[in-house]
Amino acid sequence: MKYVDEFRDPAAARALLRRIDDLAEQLERPLRVMEICGSHTHTIYRHGLEHLLPEWIEFIHGPGCPVCVIPMGRIDDALWLARQPDVILTTFGDMMRVPGSEESLLQVRATGADVRFVYSPLDALPIARDNPDKQVVFFAVGFETTAPSTAVTLERARGEGLANFCVFSNHVTTEQPLRAIVDGGETQIDAFIGPGHVASVVGVHAFDFLAEEFNRPVVVTGFEPLDVLQAVAMLLEQFTSGEVAAGRATVQNQYARVVRSDGNVVAQRLMDRVFRTRDTFEWRGLGWIEHSGLGISPEYAAWDAEERFAVPGVRVADPPACECGSVLTGRIKPWQCRVFGTACTPATPIGTCMVSPEGACAAYYNFGRLDRETANAVTIRE
Amino acid sequence: MCLGVPAEVIAIPESGEPRARVAISGVERTVATDLIAAEELRAGDWVLVHVGFALSRIDAEEAAITLEQIRRLGGTVLDDELAAFGRSAID
Repeated sequence: MKYVDEFRDPAAARALLRRIDDLAEQLERPLRVMEICGSHTHTIYRHGLEHLLPEWIEFIHGPGCPVCVIPMGRIDDALWLARQPDVILTTFGDMMRVPGSEESLLQVRATGADVRFVYSPLDALPIARDNPDKQVVFFAVGFETTAPSTAVTLERARGEGLANFCVFSNHVTTEQPLRAIVDGGETQIDAFIGPGHVASVVGVHAFDFLAEEFNRPVVVTGFEPLDVLQAVAMLLEQFTSGEVAAGRATVQNQYARVVRSDGNVVAQRLMDRVFRTRDTFEWRGLGWIEHSGLGISPEYAAWDAEERFAVPGVRVADPPACECGSVLTGRIKPWQCRVFGTACTPATPIGTCMVSPEGACAAYYNFGRLDRETANAVTIRE
Repeated sequence: MCLGVPAEVIAIPESGEPRARVAISGVERTVATDLIAAEELRAGDWVLVHVGFALSRIDAEEAAITLEQIRRLGGTVLDDELAAFGRSAID
């Protein structure tokens, strides 16, 4: 693993941390850096990066976990679909344990509903072919990394004329929630670590709005600890060079080994064809955000579960004890939630941030407490 | 679900379908290559696989880094992903 060693090279890490320390000393005020993607949250906690950085740099965990941002009302809609006669509901394994207002998909399956988890949306197609007397619904979630896969699946279903298959789309886009966070004024975010895998689809330029309209620097970043540290250094350089003060924040690509400037054009075209942007969509913690959700386009309406079934679409408030919304918007850290680690654990999750392995609460529960207790002992120097 | 997992291309089926036979940590399955259709894949290439789709082509260096990073996420993250991948029915 020669290359891995290079990415964990203690000397390189120390040099980067010295550079970050030097840059941080030139800052005129503390900086709050939001990592958008749940996988980055994992990297930060797993390697104790928070404790390696100067105090003036604070990571804020963003809304980039698809399981975490889905509101309870949409889970209840999926549960309603699963309970309909002659329906087979298919979805990703992560969604099975997410609590609805009364139960989860796992629980509704135990009471007789036909709920099956699939690895890929494409895996739902053979289920539909093998069960012509049933309606097979794919409960789709995810950002732009996942939406193209649903798009291909829908295109195949249409190509085959597979009439007993449809998609309950809960796909969402990254731009609008980021606008809501930057514009909302509830959480001050100075700079962003951009999501590497989303960017591999949408491209680096998809984040230009944060720099151009809001003067917030963005560095699209890989998932190794040294990637994240390098991204922090690149962000700091934009502040210490005076570029941000002059209103010239930019979007940079630290993850050029995977992410192309224009992203994946094939995937973008497919999404444009198969999906339409909804007028508004509800997010956990962020409320209703205009133009943030992807419904099925009129061309594919025959494969849209919301056209085929009278999905209730009732809005359900989160349980009062759960503060996932505040965690997702960076207002509090996971351990500041009243039920974190007590009533709410990965084994007995109350909120989505604890259910999903990418959620900030699950990541912090699994790695963070150890990191906090042992401070700098758990580091990339392992 | 959010993970992109590196896989090595073992073979390209001759059916003409946008598919590739890949291996992740010794588990072999078929993935869809619709999203990288323009790129010509060969056995020995590496791709980043997400929910049964090759999302982008990567080099062996990036593959090694990413796979090691996923392993180090700890818990059952990689095992769960491999188990789900092993059950995939894409053909």
